[in-house]
Formats: sequence, C-alpha cells, structure tokens
Amino acid sequence: MTAAPPTAPLPTAPAPEAAVAALQSVELAYGTVRALRGIDLEVHRGEAVGLIGPDGAGKTSTLRILAGLQRPTAGEARLFQLPIWPNRRRLQRRLGYLAQRFALYGDLTVEENIRFFALLLGVANWRLRAEALLERVGLLPFRHRLADQLSGGMKQKLALVCSLLHSPEILLLDEPTAGVDPVTRREFWRLLADLLAEGLTLLVATPYLDEAERCTRVLLLHSGRVLADAPPRRLRSLLPGSIVEISGSPRQTLRAALATLPQLQDVQPFAAGYHARTTDPTPDLEAISRALTAAGVTVHTCKPVPASLEDTFLALTATPRRAPQGDP
Amino acid sequence: MIRRTLAIAVKEFLHLRRDWRTSLALLGMPMVLLLIYGFALSFDVQHIRLAVVDRDGSRASRDLLASFLSSGYFDLTDFRRDLSHLPHAFDSEEIQAALVIPSDLGAALAAGRQTSVQFLLDGSDSLTATTILGTARQIVAATSPPLVLDTAPVQARVLVAYNPDLLSSRFLVPGLLAFILMVTSVIATALAVVREKERGTVESLRATPVLAVELLLGKTLPYLLVAATAAAGSLTLARALFDVPIRGSLLWLAGVTLLFLAGGLAWGVLISTLADSQQVAFQVGLLSSMLPTLLLSGFIFPISSMPKAIQVVTNLVPARYFLVALRSIVLKGTGPSGWWVQAVALAVFAGVVLALATARTVRSL
Repeated sequence: MTAAPPTAPLPTAPAPEAAVAALQSVELAYGTVRALRGIDLEVHRGEAVGLIGPDGAGKTSTLRILAGLQRPTAGEARLFQLPIWPNRRRLQRRLGYLAQRFALYGDLTVEENIRFFALLLGVANWRLRAEALLERVGLLPFRHRLADQLSGGMKQKLALVCSLLHSPEILLLDEPTAGVDPVTRREFWRLLADLLAEGLTLLVATPYLDEAERCTRVLLLHSGRVLADAPPRRLRSLLPGSIVEISGSPRQTLRAALATLPQLQDVQPFAAGYHARTTDPTPDLEAISRALTAAGVTVHTCKPVPASLEDTFLALTATPRRAPQGDP
Repeated sequence: MIRRTLAIAVKEFLHLRRDWRTSLALLGMPMVLLLIYGFALSFDVQHIRLAVVDRDGSRASRDLLASFLSSGYFDLTDFRRDLSHLPHAFDSEEIQAALVIPSDLGAALAAGRQTSVQFLLDGSDSLTATTILGTARQIVAATSPPLVLDTAPVQARVLVAYNPDLLSSRFLVPGLLAFILMVTSVIATALAVVREKERGTVESLRATPVLAVELLLGKTLPYLLVAATAAAGSLTLARALFDVPIRGSLLWLAGVTLLFLAGGLAWGVLISTLADSQQVAFQVGLLSSMLPTLLLSGFIFPISSMPKAIQVVTNLVPARYFLVALRSIVLKGTGPSGWWVQAVALAVFAGVVLALATARTVRSL
C-alpha cells in the first residue's frame, strides 16, 4: 500500500508508481451550475480512497468522470495514464462502476442480469466467474430470483457482482451502502476489504463517516472542491480548535448557558451531554466550568475528547460559510 | 458486435416475456383494431332509409319500387300517396332519400313517351349522397324499358379491374393495416430506450463497452419479430373477414412489410432517444404515427388531390410508400417491377431514421 502524503491537499506528491487514477484541476459545469470547481485527486494501486462531503459536494460527478460517463468541462482526467473520455470504451473494460441508484433490471433474475452484463463486457467463462462471485457474496441460493424481489442489501451485492464480472483493476462505488441495514453494511465492507487485500483499488463515495474511517485515505469534498485529503486519523487533526465534552444538569439551563459562551462553537447534542468545538486548541476548561456553574448548572463532566471524523467533517464544511476563504 | 447486439435482444425478449400483458397487447392490438375499424370504416352505402311517394299506383310504378327494394341498398321506411310529410321526415333523419313517382308514369310509358321520376336526397353527407345517387341512377336506368334508353347514341361500358364490385373494404383494409402496424411498431419501441433512462439502468449500460448501434439494433430486433407476427395475423384476418385477396407473392409481401415495420420501429427508437419520460414518448409516438398515416398517406384522402405543399410533405410519410406496394401486391399481384421505388423509399426511411437515432444515442451514451 502506498503511503499517503503527509498533509492536505496533495497536489504533486511524488509517487513511487504512477497513479492509477488522477484528476488535475477537473471542472464540471451543467449549464450554469458548477458541480466541480477544480478537483485534484490521485489514487494509487491498492488504495481505498473514501469520498465524503455533504450532498451536492461533487462526489457523484467525480466518480462519473472517472468512470467515463461524464466528460469534464475543464482539467485533465486520467485512468491508467490514459485520458479518460477519449479512451472510455477501452478503460471501461478495466474499471468497475457501481451506480448510486440500483441500475440493474428488476424484472430479470439474478442470473439473467449477470449473463447480460457478462456478455456486454465480453467475459469468457462467465458462468464459473459468476458462480464464484455469487458464492462469495452469499447470493448463490437466490440466483433464480427476480432482482426486484431482493432486499436492498442483496441488490447492492448483485450490483457489486455485476461490476466485478470482468475482473476490473479499479472499482468505483457511489454510496454503495446507502439505505442498507447495518449488518449487511458490515458484510459489504468485509467484502470490499477482501477485494482490497487481493489488490483491487477502491474509490468509494459514502455518506457514512464510519465507513470513511475504514479507508486508507479520505477526501473531503465541499461545493466542488477538495477541502481536505488525508488518512482518516490525520484528517481529524485538521480540526480547527478542539472538542470538549460537557454534561450537567439541568439540561435546559446547560444548553442555554453553552450558547452564551463566546469560546464555544458548533454545540452538538451528544449522548447525555454536548460536544462543543472550541476555537482555542488548548481550551481553558476551568473557565468554562466556572462560567457554567455561575449560570446555575451542576457540571458533571467538562473534558477534552479526541475529535471524531464527524466533528471534523462538520467543522470543515461549516467554516467556509462563515468566513469565505480561498482554495484550501 | 454480434454478441453484444444479441445480448441486448435476448434481454429485451426477457422483458417482453416478464411483461406478458404488454406483449399480448402488442400482438393482439393490431388484430383487435382491424376488427373494429374494418367493420366500422366503410364507404359502401347500404340500408338507406327510403321514403316512396307513389302518386301513380300503376303496374309500372310498382315495378320500379320493387327494383329499388330488391337491389339490397334501400330499406323502405315510408310509403305514401302525397308529398307533405317529406320535409319533416328529412329534418328528423327518418329518411335519407325519397323517390317520388309522378301520377302519369304508367300512362307515359304505355304511350312510349319520355318521362321522369323525382329522387330526393339528404346532401349533408356528400360522400354518402353521391353513392346513393349513383345507385339510384343505375336502378332507374336498368328498369327503364329499352325504348327510352335508346336516346343515348354512345354508351360507356365500364370494366372495373382488381375490385369489380368496388368494395371499399378491398381498398381500405390494406390502408388500415398500414395504419395499425405503423402505430403499434412506433409505440413498441418508443418506450424501449426511455424506459432505461427512467429506471436508471442506462447508467449501467453506459459503463459497459456497448455501442449505440448495438444497443439500438438489439432493442429493435425483438420488436420487429413481434410486429411481424402481429402483421401476419392481421393479414390473415383481413383475408378471412374482409375478402381482401392476397394475389401477389407472400415473400414479396413479407419483405415489404418488414421494411415498413423497420421504419416504424426506427421512428419509435428515435422518439425514445429524444424523450425524457415514457409518458412523453408514448404521446409523441402516438401522434406522430397516427395523424400522418391517417391523413397524409393516401389511406383515405388521395394524395393527388392535396395542395402541392402538402404533397411534398407526404414524401416523408412511410405509410405512403407501403400503401402503394401493399395494394399492388395484395390486390393486383404485381411483382417488384411495380413497386420497387416504394420499397427503396421504405428502406431509405428506416436507414436514415435509425442513423439519426444512433447519432443521438452516441451523444448521450
């Protein structure tokens, strides 16, 4: 596995091997809507890169450009060193793409769907390959069932099988587990981990931050730009300030008191208490405690906690709105 | 290329098999429409409600009346000696025609004098009126004693070829076939591509190396088979029920029909690539196939009597060519020498439209 560059963003980190996928200042506009405003991205062989960001951040557009489904308005998009759009037919034999929406035929059975895509992709010996894949995702007993009659999780597994039939080198997944139950979600990620171990490169857009934590590297997108690009653990350290966990009673009074403290931002309910972000990286906890007690709160806890990816995500995507900044 | 086209075609067949209601409609609808329209749409005039005012009451007047009634075209709805009730009977549509026999008919004929009978018609439906008039003239002429007929020195002896009884069904049913096949074939494929767009499956297709030509050919072929089956059924029905003879070679008939169907299916595919929803595709498909085929193909209104500008437009209507070829083969038994121009036109139409659809799909695929 290639080491991720130390800081974000990573424009020109010298890679030991040329990147499998690379985007350089890629822009995409639909009419007047600018979906992407200059995306830089490099994915190396064997990496699992997570794309996170609020809805409309540009996750799907980025994946569709990489899958050769969308021509970028500006910038350079390469896959296996080849410009994607002109070579998309050739490249599509080497990549797997899992669309956000279930994009298979509901009135066809599992096996018919697989046969259809295998023939389109020109997979030799597809029966053997399909059987092995179905066995692996646990769909073998359901192969004669209509796709519409599968559960949400099974549908996604079927879509995964279809995108793996031609043994792609890179797999692009657009929110593959959206709306899937937690157990199936974990199974799905276990499968992805196995595939990764076998040398497949993954690029996953996901709304779930716990899934992003499983990636080797995470890109945080916001309004068509890359806000941060780092391994999940390091991404958390990008949080401006730090996180303090505060609980006390009565809860109503605590909530009101927290809102008045100038050193606290982004107060979020968390378990029995609240998580608040301080602007100061080393906050004066004593001062906060005192202020709360003065407001009539019995303080139970007031301690610094490690920032979760969610805290970072909320803080980073919220910042540009308050104080407009240039490109990160 | 062939492998992927077949893969698409097989998949379409599976869709058709799963959605058997639609498939049944595609197969059965042409025949049902043919039955309904075939019986309803006819220019043959029969059962005309006739009032007779016989002011003569002679043997000659009774003979004339008998020949009117025995012709099979007229039903006697009213018989009187005076005229007074006729205006009211016409107004209330009780009668469509009236025969007034003058009081001196018998005497005049007996004396060898020339005389006339009066025939009154409701002219508000001019097409029917013209036909009734023709029939009435024939009957009167046939009944007149030879003595009166001799007045005309030159007589036209008419011989009607291919359709001696001038049955309008022989003429109309082929047109009806063209109309029905056009509508069904356009509708069949109009939904085919847009359905993939609506379901989002087009996204999966686009992520495969499938080419636009392969996709569209693969989508058209199964429907061509379905439409051809429906066409064969309709022709059989037309022959059995409406006395439409099939005088020409079945092979030529099949060939021309396939060309025509290919054009219709290609048109449907083109609509499908332009429309964003199945609903729009259906509406546009229906309108763009029905109206031109009905109005501009020569099905009902002869092209030669249209204004020049409209005549030019009719060149774009494939049914126009199919009708000529179909009537030639079915009614006249003509070989390709009689309609090869039309066959070429049909092939060109199908090819050009499919190419347009492909170009359009390449952009979106």
